[in-house]
Amino acid sequence: MYRLFKTLNKVALLKATIAAVLTIILVLIGSRNLQNFDPALIAYLIGTVFAIFGVAYRYSVWIQRPPTRLYWRRSMQFLFSKYFFPYLWRSTKLFFKNILAQRFIAHRSRTRWFGHFMLATGCLLAFAITIPLTFGWIHFVLKPGDDTTYYALLFGFEAGSFQLGSPLAFIAFHGLVWCSVLVTIGAIIMMKRRFTDGGLIATQTLENDWLPLILLIAISVTGLGISYDYTFLEGKTYQFMAVTHAITVILFLVWLPFGKFFHIYQRLAQLGANLYKTEGTRRGMAVCPHTQKEFATETHVKDLKYVTKELGFNYEKANGTNHLDLSPEGKRSALAVAHLKARKEGGKLFG
Amino acid sequence: MPETNYDQEMAFFVDMQRCIGCQACVMACAECETNGQESMIHVNYVDRKKSPQTTVQVCMHCEDPTCANVCPADAIHQDEFGVVHSANTSRCIGCSNCVLACPFGVPKKMEEAELMMKCNLCYDRTSAGKKPMCATVCPSQALFYGTRAEIEKMRPDSEPVNSFFFGQQEVNTKVNVMMPKGTQSLLIP
Repeated sequence: MYRLFKTLNKVALLKATIAAVLTIILVLIGSRNLQNFDPALIAYLIGTVFAIFGVAYRYSVWIQRPPTRLYWRRSMQFLFSKYFFPYLWRSTKLFFKNILAQRFIAHRSRTRWFGHFMLATGCLLAFAITIPLTFGWIHFVLKPGDDTTYYALLFGFEAGSFQLGSPLAFIAFHGLVWCSVLVTIGAIIMMKRRFTDGGLIATQTLENDWLPLILLIAISVTGLGISYDYTFLEGKTYQFMAVTHAITVILFLVWLPFGKFFHIYQRLAQLGANLYKTEGTRRGMAVCPHTQKEFATETHVKDLKYVTKELGFNYEKANGTNHLDLSPEGKRSALAVAHLKARKEGGKLFG
Repeated sequence: MPETNYDQEMAFFVDMQRCIGCQACVMACAECETNGQESMIHVNYVDRKKSPQTTVQVCMHCEDPTCANVCPADAIHQDEFGVVHSANTSRCIGCSNCVLACPFGVPKKMEEAELMMKCNLCYDRTSAGKKPMCATVCPSQALFYGTRAEIEKMRPDSEPVNSFFFGQQEVNTKVNVMMPKGTQSLLIP
């Protein structure tokens, strides 16, 4: 325990605490001083605040690593430059294409993309529905004298209404059911890959690859159980369904900052990497001294020399050049040339 | 990692001077299931205008891998056997840091997939006690996977070397390069 406190990252701890406190303040404000907060959701709220604390802590530790810090700084520097609007437009397009639609996965495998898209869309929609409900930001009321119209209040302000029993009401009340179906189909597709792909079988782990899928299915199935209970069983098993669902969701929230789910937040860095490449190309390309061809941006090569040095690697040569000035092909050729020279000096080309 | 039969007695030995540029390893590499059927091995001419010399390059599986150190997404993992695995697909953000920082020029960026891929010593095979695909097909034995005793018997005048100097940086690797007898390290000027 003492070691845990000793190794705590103070900057990350401060940022995570601010994020958690800010969330609680936003809950108080958004729910109109808890007036619209649903006490039945208190366990979910505690789990969500913990998840926000954990994610903020890990994110902060993560961006303190030299290569991540450099990418983070460069992304911000390039975004908030005189090219702000074109870069913002480009990043927004990529956000829809690569973050919300995850199209880059289709280039790895179309089935995999479909499975992941179902899974991710189900999860993101479920977040969008449950977080505002848990925080008391969205609230539904009936008005006196009218027991057929349901009013949605956003932060305490009326934001829309619908007739009970209407198709819209059916879609809205079953929002999480649709999410569960998407997640379950997606998770099953992803599981099938893990049963049949030889490469995945060789490298997968229980905690990083199987448990996340099992947990997502458990959340979905227990969630569907609640709907099944009030639709077909007259609420007779409500207690059991509600408790098992709460346990799986809270396990997910507590695990969110530590395991595989952290990649949801890391993925945003892909937008920064893209911006880095675009601005780097505009600034100029590096030419490999061996192949005489452009192979990367000058900014990238220069930054890597700095980062490798910061990490304790020194690829500088006696003649003032750097091994990292070479393209990958140039490096392979340099090794082969050195090897041939050593063999010639050894007197035998083949030993 | 799952249950494995990885044999730590076995090692990889490369002799670039034996490479005849036949590309058999390139074809065989694409059979490796951990690569997703993409060939990860490199065979290229060293300086085509002057010489027909070709070179072959697999991942050297560095003891302290530069690629993993410069990865901003913590996507590159080294296991307990010293095998440096291809990027974790859920984490890799396709930034190319590893591609440009690897001193041996090994990782490849799959542009459209926004993913780095590289040789992972045919982990689907080596973890099951088999040899990597490339080493099983190389006709000139530029690529050899076996025990140290086997290679010493086959190449009595050569020495397996796993220490490389790139400028001021010493890089020690799991994979060996066959050098003249008595050589301790290879200096890349």
